[in-house]
Amino acid sequence: MQLTLEFGGGLELLCDSVKIHDVNVIPNNEVDKLTMKDLLVWVRTNLIKERPEMFMKDDSVRPGVLVLVNDCDWELSGQLDTPLEEKDVVVFISTLHGG
Amino acid sequence: MEGNHKKARVRLCYLCNQRRAALKRPKTLEQICRECFYELFEEEIHQVIVKNELFKPGERIAIGASGGKDSTVLAYVLSELNRRHNYGLDLFLLSVDEGITGYRDDSLETVKRNELQYGLPLKIVSYKDLYGWTMDEIVKTIGLKNNCTFCGVFRRQALDRGAALLKVDKVVTGHNADDIAETVLLNILRGDIARLSRCTSITTGEDGPIPRCKPFKYTYEKEIVIYPSVENLNKMVTYAYFKRLDYFSTECTTLSPLFHGYSLVLFCYFIFPSCLLRDYFVAGIYSPNAYRGFAREFIKDLERMRPRAILDIIKSGEDFRISTSTKMPEQGICERCGYISSQKWCKACVLLEGLNKGLPKLGIGRSRGLDNNHRKDVKQSNGTKNIEGKQCGSLDF
Repeated sequence: MQLTLEFGGGLELLCDSVKIHDVNVIPNNEVDKLTMKDLLVWVRTNLIKERPEMFMKDDSVRPGVLVLVNDCDWELSGQLDTPLEEKDVVVFISTLHGG
Repeated sequence: MEGNHKKARVRLCYLCNQRRAALKRPKTLEQICRECFYELFEEEIHQVIVKNELFKPGERIAIGASGGKDSTVLAYVLSELNRRHNYGLDLFLLSVDEGITGYRDDSLETVKRNELQYGLPLKIVSYKDLYGWTMDEIVKTIGLKNNCTFCGVFRRQALDRGAALLKVDKVVTGHNADDIAETVLLNILRGDIARLSRCTSITTGEDGPIPRCKPFKYTYEKEIVIYPSVENLNKMVTYAYFKRLDYFSTECTTLSPLFHGYSLVLFCYFIFPSCLLRDYFVAGIYSPNAYRGFAREFIKDLERMRPRAILDIIKSGEDFRISTSTKMPEQGICERCGYISSQKWCKACVLLEGLNKGLPKLGIGRSRGLDNNHRKDVKQSNGTKNIEGKQCGSLDF
């Protein structure tokens, strides 16, 4: 599944200072089904190079990290259960950075 | 975009009931679309400004600008509101250059762009001009061990001195609701009654030369961060400003790994509410004690469980009543430079004296400085230990 991931507010520092990543995520459960929960695990394994605790806490993002799926607050779409589709854009912004 | 992504749960904005909701407001849990949020965000800040009578027509106002998210959004919103509602304010951007290569010079570039974008005159005051030392030079002399003490003390005064140079009537800072809730908790943990009683005030220092105020006092950090992201999609013109320039978010290159205590964290609030340095304490990366990051982490955990908790903590802070018999530290004036100080010399002068004499350790640590008698008096007349707060008596929220 082709996705565009964007990291901001300092989170890009955790993945080689690259802000925008065009990635291909292959769902490992059923065919073509991917949720934010799966994506977070994939990101932690494949993109985060250092200090993963700045990005995640337990199985979700660390409190203070905002998530937008297609420019929409993920709190409106079910957070970890948000289903992802081909060409979705997911933005992670840390609020813990920068004054 | 809406058409392409028919999600199972497409929710509509509670206000206009037409557009797709883009955000769940932490304050109210309401679902709101970009356009309505954008309007409401600015309108609420306008209401805070009007209700609290933060400004008078004709005033000169300096915006403490670090290049970070809070001050960038503050500068933008304030200049918009000033135009829209005819506040009649003369706005200025005021930045402090600590002289940290690779950190402040980059973030100052952001502020310089803001100057052009918003058409606000920018004043940069540097440690080098004010004190004769850059932070890089200080680090060369004293190493990485205590440099954050210098930086914090100097920065506090630098903003006031810059404001005096600009001849402004007030300084506004980008402290948001999360910052203030955190400060309330820290002051409770430290038992600092004096600061607890004033940290929730929207305007402070009214008796001093240059008052400070916080128009974002009730504004959630989440909304400040999301505001530019939403805004840039909404208005293509400002897109380039916000989106590509972003705000500045890199770590300080001279951060002392051994800096102790909350003082830096508190210093940072004065000027750069979400100072980058603080995050590294919060993250526990440089901090040997995890408790230092406790307040921020705790606030964010609370927010996730119940977003209103942030406003509730501010409310609790406001409702604290300090007994009139509690002796508060008296504020005097530094004999050397005339800056407010509870001691004979202000902390900056003590530190500077040490630097210039080649004794940089002077003024660092737990020693109570030059005036111990004052403190003894307080202790004796007071019975309660340490109620007057810590050494840094010149600090004021």
